[in-house]
Amino acid sequence: MKKQVLVLAALAMAAGAAVAQANDTLAKIKSSGVVNLGVRDSSGLGFTIGGGKYVGFHTEMAERIVDDLKKVTGNPNLKINYQVITSQNRIPLLQNGTIDFECGSTTNNLTRQKDVAFAVTTYVEEVRMAVKANSGIKSIKDLNGKSVATTTGTTSVQTLRKHERAGGIDFKEVMGKDHADSFLLLESGRADAFVMDGSILAANIAKSKSPKDYVIAGEVLSVEPIACMLRKDDPKMKAALDDSIKRQIKDGSLGKLYDKWFMQPIPPNNVSLNMPMSESTKAAWATPNDKPMEDYAKK
Amino acid sequence: MAMEWQVFCKDTLTSEVVSGCLGSGKDITYLNWIFKAWGWTVGVSLTALLIALVVGSIIGVIRTLPNSPWLVRFGNAWVELFRNIPLLVQIFLWYHVAPALIPPMKSLSPFVLVVLALGFFTSARIAEQLRAGILALPKGQRYAGMAMGFTTPQYYRYVILPMAYRIIIPPLTSESMNIFKNSAVAFAVSIPELTQFALQAGEETSRPIEVYLAVTVLYVISALVINRIMAFVEKRARVPGFVASGSGAGGH
Repeated sequence: MKKQVLVLAALAMAAGAAVAQANDTLAKIKSSGVVNLGVRDSSGLGFTIGGGKYVGFHTEMAERIVDDLKKVTGNPNLKINYQVITSQNRIPLLQNGTIDFECGSTTNNLTRQKDVAFAVTTYVEEVRMAVKANSGIKSIKDLNGKSVATTTGTTSVQTLRKHERAGGIDFKEVMGKDHADSFLLLESGRADAFVMDGSILAANIAKSKSPKDYVIAGEVLSVEPIACMLRKDDPKMKAALDDSIKRQIKDGSLGKLYDKWFMQPIPPNNVSLNMPMSESTKAAWATPNDKPMEDYAKK
Repeated sequence: MAMEWQVFCKDTLTSEVVSGCLGSGKDITYLNWIFKAWGWTVGVSLTALLIALVVGSIIGVIRTLPNSPWLVRFGNAWVELFRNIPLLVQIFLWYHVAPALIPPMKSLSPFVLVVLALGFFTSARIAEQLRAGILALPKGQRYAGMAMGFTTPQYYRYVILPMAYRIIIPPLTSESMNIFKNSAVAFAVSIPELTQFALQAGEETSRPIEVYLAVTVLYVISALVINRIMAFVEKRARVPGFVASGSGAGGH
């Protein structure tokens, strides 16, 4: 019994020490020579093509940020350690130091800002719905009495609930366990629409058997700023990330990157998402900012 | 890491803390939601358990019938089919594949499909346990029944099964508790049960640790209640002198 108490106390102290460690990611990166970069394996903005290779618009942008970090830290031999993260574990892994920052598909919102900080917004996601081209569904109002698919564990579920209650319409929610599953619900006719981030819808349609059978329809249901996430209260790191992103926007390299990942054919299937930059993304690039999602809703 | 249990009192849309913790009408809190999810978990599990017990008993019995080789083969095939395919794969087969092959199944709700999948999966395991229970009895029991002039259904009903079921109460308890835990796979086909609640609410509130702890407690409570019920059944059904009367220690 006494031993267990001692072990518990030791664990608690170790945990406390981990929390109390100095919040200077740049110094840590400089001394260790390694950047622990959080990457996504199946999101629209960052995914894997197998064999431990991680690609995507935000993944490649993060690699360029690390190039800039080499200059900032004065350590030209920084190595990237790719660490796969999920929606569920990304915040705990950032807080406990497993990753130093991540560029994936994390929405900058007020709830998360209590725990973490965000770099300037680099992509503005618009939540839309995908429907079958011959379904005649044009707007969220047409969904009355229909089945709507979305993916468990995403903010789109909440968006959908809000619209259902505000619009006085009634539809059945079916929840896929991941995006591919939700799309299968639409494909097999179990759902009449799939509500999700536009980039994810476009990626799933592009990958489907006959992409021309599906359209992205209806109004923009919600606007979500996506940004790189870093530890809270680390102004040096935040400035380093922001400066690098602003540099990439200014010299046009980020625009080229956007073209590469959204307008050109991309791996693994060599199909193009064909998603021109949205007005909200253009606005975010014109005046780089780290406003949370709630500020977008006010407009 | 500091816990923030107030998260359960929050409204699911506005994220504002509701006084009294329970919402009303369509404005529900996460506490309302978790109880609704618990209801789905209990509903799926109990219905599936009922199917598993009925089907498992039938299959278990026909696997031990004398002089009916085809029924025995059917029983064997049933058990091997349902216990050799991973449960999650079975759920997907019922949900995506079966309706594509048999169009009328499209009108069945996911609840029915999940209950069938979970029930049949568990029935294979219960059938195997019942067979073990029946085979554990000395051959003389069967012959004694036959010598009394009982027909096959009669000696099963009055001689073999009462003993066999007593023997297999402990593994049946495990199966009943397992079905609660296995019901978590139902989230994959859009049943709004506890696991789905954990994934969704954890994401919405950014407090996954609190949400998972609460969900874990509810799973433990559900399984423990079943455990106590079965322990009670085991105690009440004990007959001194029977093979299965054991050491007298009820439950396990």
